Amino acid sequence: MSVTDPTRRGVIELLRPRGTLPSAVPWLAAALGFGLLLLAWHLASASYASAGREVLFPSPATVWETATGYLVGAERGSARAEDRATLATDLAASFGRVLAAFLLATAVAVPLGVLTGSLPVFEKLLQPLSEFVRYVPVPALIPLLIVVFGIGETPKIMLIFLGTVFQLLLMVADEIRRVADELLSACYTLGGQWDEAITKILLPAAAPGIFDAMRLCQGWAWTWLIVAELVAANEGMGFRILRYQRFLLTDKIFVYLIILGLVGLMMDLLFRLAYRALFRWQTPR
Amino acid sequence: MFFRLTDISKVYRSRRASVTALEPVSVDVAPRDFVSLIGPSGCGKSTLLAIAAGLEPPTTGTVELEGRILRHPGRERGMVFQNYTLFPWLTVRENVCFAQRLRVNRRAAHSKGEHSSLAAAADHLIAIMGLEKFADRYPRELSGGMKQRVAIARALANKPRLLLMDEPFGALDAQTREEMQELVLLLSLHESCTILFVTHDIEEALYLSNRVLVFSAHPGRIIEEITVPFPADRPLDTKLDPEFLQLKRHLLDLLHSGSRQRLEREDLLARLRAAA
Repeated sequence: MSVTDPTRRGVIELLRPRGTLPSAVPWLAAALGFGLLLLAWHLASASYASAGREVLFPSPATVWETATGYLVGAERGSARAEDRATLATDLAASFGRVLAAFLLATAVAVPLGVLTGSLPVFEKLLQPLSEFVRYVPVPALIPLLIVVFGIGETPKIMLIFLGTVFQLLLMVADEIRRVADELLSACYTLGGQWDEAITKILLPAAAPGIFDAMRLCQGWAWTWLIVAELVAANEGMGFRILRYQRFLLTDKIFVYLIILGLVGLMMDLLFRLAYRALFRWQTPR
Repeated sequence: MFFRLTDISKVYRSRRASVTALEPVSVDVAPRDFVSLIGPSGCGKSTLLAIAAGLEPPTTGTVELEGRILRHPGRERGMVFQNYTLFPWLTVRENVCFAQRLRVNRRAAHSKGEHSSLAAAADHLIAIMGLEKFADRYPRELSGGMKQRVAIARALANKPRLLLMDEPFGALDAQTREEMQELVLLLSLHESCTILFVTHDIEEALYLSNRVLVFSAHPGRIIEEITVPFPADRPLDTKLDPEFLQLKRHLLDLLHSGSRQRLEREDLLARLRAAA
């Protein structure tokens, strides 16, 4: 039966595996998802409020008020302006750590991953090691990192770095291995040497996959960032959330959580846009 | 001899068993020869071609080109594969000049002029293939037949001494297939190519080659060599010539008798009747 059979339209159409949706449905469904989350949040906070403990679980409306407070103007020196300055410092500090660790992880994992994926010797050398190390829970390294690197920026960046570098290395190696053998054969019969097989075939062929792995890794970097900042820091998103917990400023915690979500979404979007610009030769997905 | 495969055999050994894919075979190819290897799947014809290309080591035997023994793949033996194997991140023009660009880049000092003269040489081949309009397109935008034309241009651009083709039209529809056969035939005449061609299509082998080597399977070996009696420049309707059809019939019988797990018509009819 044809996919566009007009007699089969209706609710049943929404339930067809991998079916196509009418144009309005995706937006409505997304809105419904957020709506349900807000409703659950509202009900939960209402039950806290009825027990007189609104401060422990603020309602969506309270959080909205706090959030807009960060955006809408306030005179210099006021509490609002101070909050805004704090947020800017926290975001900058966290961004700096993620960026430093991510660049470091990429610089280490991409070359080593390419070698692991292309050269069997490197594979035997690094693959078992990476498989082992990536199952060591990274938070368990925190005490050691602090002893070795002190309490400055280094242990935080190292934590994020260690949390992502082995995953990225293994994913890059996998992308390289996924390149069809025939492309290498074609290269050799055109007179290519082994080093050219890596730089002119494996690397460009795997580049989109490697870039996508970097995107995923960037997301994990934010998770490790929060873990790193919960332990020892003077500023940063994770540190501030812990601080606000101590003062029961739960509405501000919510604002920070929402900002973390938005930052993640934005970074993801940037990576996807860059992907589309860089790899025009790929079949659009 | 120009190109010679001597006593090439291939045995795949695993811990438990060893499988003979190819019994020792020898093939001589003269300059400007068009030799087809034909046989059922699993007869080792593609293995032999991969060995000729240097992509796979033979268990025994040697590959020789103009007196030199070759152990590795190289630019003197160009290859066209069944699945196009174009580099998808390069445009048509970049694919065609891939090999020359490698060579230019290898030399420490190279000028911008060299790159543009490369592009000019590539454009000449692209024009022959009738792909001018697609020179700056990526492979994903091309049809199967166009992709294979680019793959042939890419191999020819390297000026190989010998062109190896591994079922190059196996994935194409019947009409495109005939167009490509005519293209390759005319190319081989005008560019004086020497070609070793693998196919399982009897008609294709007879139409293109001046010699056909027939393989049988399990283990692979050559059971007959046929010299095709038509002039080199043959029109497509040679395929309807009575002598051509006679040769085709002969090859069909040969291949059927060499195939072990053949579905016999009588058996099949008997089973269908029994089921009814």
